[in-house]
Amino acid sequence: MAFRPETAKPLNELAEILLRGPSPLSPGERELIATYVSSRNDCFFCQTIHGAVAAYHFGGNEQLVLDVKESAEGAPISDKLKALLAIAGAVQRGGKNVQPSDIERARRLGATDLEIHDTVLIAAAFCMYNRYVDGLATWAPREPEAYRDSGARLAREGYVESTNGLAASATGNAS
Amino acid sequence: MPHIRVPEGLPGIRGLFAFRPETAIPLSELAQVLLHDEGTLTPGERELIATYVSSRNDCFYCQTAHGAIAAHHLGGDEAIVQEVKRDFEHTAISPKLKALLAIAGKVQHSSKDVQPENIERARREGATDREIHDTVLVAAAFCMYNRYVDGLATWSPTDLGGFRERAASVARDGYVGVLGYIKAAQADR
Repeated sequence: MAFRPETAKPLNELAEILLRGPSPLSPGERELIATYVSSRNDCFFCQTIHGAVAAYHFGGNEQLVLDVKESAEGAPISDKLKALLAIAGAVQRGGKNVQPSDIERARRLGATDLEIHDTVLIAAAFCMYNRYVDGLATWAPREPEAYRDSGARLAREGYVESTNGLAASATGNAS
Repeated sequence: MPHIRVPEGLPGIRGLFAFRPETAIPLSELAQVLLHDEGTLTPGERELIATYVSSRNDCFYCQTAHGAIAAHHLGGDEAIVQEVKRDFEHTAISPKLKALLAIAGKVQHSSKDVQPENIERARREGATDREIHDTVLVAAAFCMYNRYVDGLATWSPTDLGGFRERAASVARDGYVGVLGYIKAAQADR
């Protein structure tokens, strides 16, 4: 992100709107979708940081995040969120895997067009973020504890704030 | 039929942009920076990478739209686009672009497939850090755009004439420059 501020800007704005912008889904629910997809893409950094943000939104409930990653259907979450996570899992494998029956199930449990749209785009976007992070073999701390504070800060301040910090440090490095 | 109700008459990602303008803006800005703005890879080369990844993801709309834009940048050479999709290692493109396409193909499947020797090959053929970075991000971004377009089962025309016309507009005005229709769709709501 600091290497290329020009691409960091839209990447962070997209995360901000999708995960924290106005939406009928709570920020915690959206972070769970991001974490679930990142877990299925085996991206350690993304699943750990977004898992920490999700846990923060659910009152520090880290067990809930682990439950969702292990089995979305068995986790103590709403039936609607389970249906949306099933759609996200299909998108992770490939867009064409989303079946009309997946959409019908989500609708039956109360999901709106906007919620279905945002679920698909969050899942698709994390297929990008995960590949971006792992494709350049970026370094990441291995201890989950290291992510707790960053997760709380992201939950409170958002993704664009972090861009501004990066842009400032990139400018500082250049001068 | 799309999985959600999008404005009629707008194919592929354009219908989704009109449905959700808030996300259309950063998605278009990302495409603008990656594919259209200044860079040491030509717009034609970058569009070929986008087309190749979209083809491997079997996304008809994206591979046809970006294939047409690539061909437009390459003097209307539609044959080279087809050849890159079929077998880029034996296509008349630079050895550097072949090495970058090999990296893009790895990213498409899974980024963990990218091996140090893939990066070394690209460097040996003259690729810079920024070119390698942008190749990985273009490939990753099209793993998003392709899933967005197909995950919501958007509609796509099959007639190439419309894609050629649109390609000329995008090549001229860029990805942010062609967003005017979103405002029109919002006004119609």
